[in-house]
Amino acid sequence: MIEARGLTKRYGDKTAVKDLSFTVEPGIVTGFLGPNGAGKSTTMRMILGLDRPSSGSVTVNGRSYAEHAAPLHEVGALLEAKAIHTGRTAYNHLLALAATTGIPRRRVDEVIDLVGLREVARKRAGGFSLGMGQRLGIASALLGDPKTLILDEPVNGLDPEGILWIRNLLKGLAAEGRAVFVSSHLMSEMALTAEHLIVIGRGRLIADTSVTDFIERASTGRVKVRSPQAARLRDLLAGPDVTVSATEEGTLLVSGLTSDRIGQIASDNGVTLFELAPQQASLEEAFMELTGDSVEYRAPARTAERSAA
Amino acid sequence: MTTATTTVRPGRVTQARVLNSEWIKLRTLRSTFWSLFAAIVATIGLGMLFSWGFATRVGDHHRPIGDAATMAVTVPLRPYVIAQLAVGVLGVMVITGEYSTGMIRATLSAVPGRLPVLWAKAAVFSVVVLVLMEIVSFVTFLGGQAILSSQHIQATLSSPQALRIVAGVGLYLTVVGLLGTALGTIIRSTAGAIAALFGILLVLPVLGEVLNLTSWGKHITPYLPSNAGGDLLTNAPDPGSLGPWTGFGVFVLYTVIAMAVAAYLLKRRDA
Repeated sequence: MIEARGLTKRYGDKTAVKDLSFTVEPGIVTGFLGPNGAGKSTTMRMILGLDRPSSGSVTVNGRSYAEHAAPLHEVGALLEAKAIHTGRTAYNHLLALAATTGIPRRRVDEVIDLVGLREVARKRAGGFSLGMGQRLGIASALLGDPKTLILDEPVNGLDPEGILWIRNLLKGLAAEGRAVFVSSHLMSEMALTAEHLIVIGRGRLIADTSVTDFIERASTGRVKVRSPQAARLRDLLAGPDVTVSATEEGTLLVSGLTSDRIGQIASDNGVTLFELAPQQASLEEAFMELTGDSVEYRAPARTAERSAA
Repeated sequence: MTTATTTVRPGRVTQARVLNSEWIKLRTLRSTFWSLFAAIVATIGLGMLFSWGFATRVGDHHRPIGDAATMAVTVPLRPYVIAQLAVGVLGVMVITGEYSTGMIRATLSAVPGRLPVLWAKAAVFSVVVLVLMEIVSFVTFLGGQAILSSQHIQATLSSPQALRIVAGVGLYLTVVGLLGTALGTIIRSTAGAIAALFGILLVLPVLGEVLNLTSWGKHITPYLPSNAGGDLLTNAPDPGSLGPWTGFGVFVLYTVIAMAVAAYLLKRRDA
C-alpha cells in the first residue's frame, strides 16, 4: 500500500509534481497514467526515496521507504529499463542486489526462471535488448517477494508475447494480495491491466477513478445511424433537444436520442436501418480529452493529431 | 500463478551484507580485472625495465651515478606513477560506473541508507588494491634488486628507508584510488572525475614548480596532495618537504575530507 500526501517536487523554478495525494491499495493493479513529462517517474522516485520531496510525504506499507529495515521485501521496483551495470551478467546483478538483504542464491535462480531469462543469465546485460532489460528489471523487483510493486512503463520495448506475459504477471501479483502500481502513457494498455487509475498531467492529479467509471465517462452519447432513407429519418428524428448531422451519404450522427428510441421511431415509420451504433470515444480519446491541457511537450496542431493517433 | 516458491525471509540490510554485495559487484566486472592487470604489469614490467636501464648506465660509466645506493631503492618502484593511473581510474569507476549505467538507482533503492554503500565500496576496493599492490611492490623491488646486483649496486629491504618505501607504494596507491572514489561520488561522471583526479595528482605539482619560484609559494608546494603523498615514497626528499609520514598523513587527510564531502552529497542529493 502506497499513500502520498501533498507530494510536491520542484527543480529550481520548475514544478515537476504538485500537491499530489493518492492511495495505492493492495490486491489490485493501479495504473498511473499521464502524458510523457507529467511527473510519473519523479513521483515513483520519491516513493523509493531516491528523490527527496520538496514538500509533502509518501509512505509505503505505513513507513517512508528509507525507514524499512528490509526495503527489498517491502517494495520491488522497476524504475527504468536497464538500471543495470552493462558490464555485469544478469545473474551477478541479481546476486549483488540479493546480497544486501541476505536473499539466498536459489531465489536468484528462481526469479531468473520466472522472467524467462535462464538462457542469457550468464551474459552481460550490456548486450540485452530493451525487452530483456525489462525482464531483468522485473526479476530484481521480485527478488525480495515484496508486498508492493512499483513498475515504471514495464511494457516498453516488449513484444506482444511479452506484453501479454506482463499483463498476466501483474494481475497475478495483485491477486496474491500485493499492491501493484504501474505507470504508462498508454491508456489502452492500462484498460486491460488495471482496475484503478490515477491520472496526472503536468504534475497534478487529474483523476483518481476506477477503470469502469473512466470508460463510462468516455461515452459521448452520440449514435451513428446508417439508412437508405436517411433524409426521411432525419425529419422523423427532429426535435427540440435533438441534433442530427450527416457525415456522409446515408449516414447520420444523432445526439439527444438513445439508440433504443431511434430504433423504435424507425420501426414505427417503416424505415430500414443498416446500422445503429452508440458511439464511444476510444479510451485514448477520452484520455487525451482529460489530459489535453496538460501535455508537456506538444507539436504544432497537425503533427500532434498524427502522433496521437 | 505464484511468484515465490522459495520462502524469502525478510533480512535486514546490514553493513556486512552491503560489503558482501559490493564485493560481488567488484569481482564481477571485467574492468576491475583489466585495471588491476594494467597496474600490475606496468609496475613489475616497467620496474624491471627501469632497473635494467639504471644498471646498464652504471655499467657503461664504470662508476656510480649520483648516489647509486640511494637510487637503487627507488628506481625499480618508480613506475608507481604509471600504476596510479590504472588504480585511480578503477577507484573512480567503482562509483561512476553505477551512475553512467543507472545501476546507482537499483543500488540505492536496495540500501536506502546510502552511506553503507560508500563505506562498503571504499573498504572492498581498499583491501583488494592494498593486498595486491603490496605484493606487487615487494615483487618489483626484489626483482629490480636482482637486476641491479649485476652491477653490485643492489639495495635490500634492510637498506635505509627501503622497507617504508616498498610498503608505502601499496599504501599510496590505495589512497589514490580512494581519492578517485570520493571524487567520483562527488562529480558522478567518469570523465569529470578522472580529469579532476589526475588534475590534482599530475597537473598541480607542475603548477607547484611555478609556485616554487615565489617566496611564499615555497611554503605551499609541499602541501600539494601528490607532493605530500609522494614524500612516503622517496629517500631523497626535496628541501622543505613534510617528511614521509607527515606528508602521507596530509595526503590521507585530503582524501578523508573528499570522502566526507562525498558522503554528505551522496546522502543529500537526489539519485
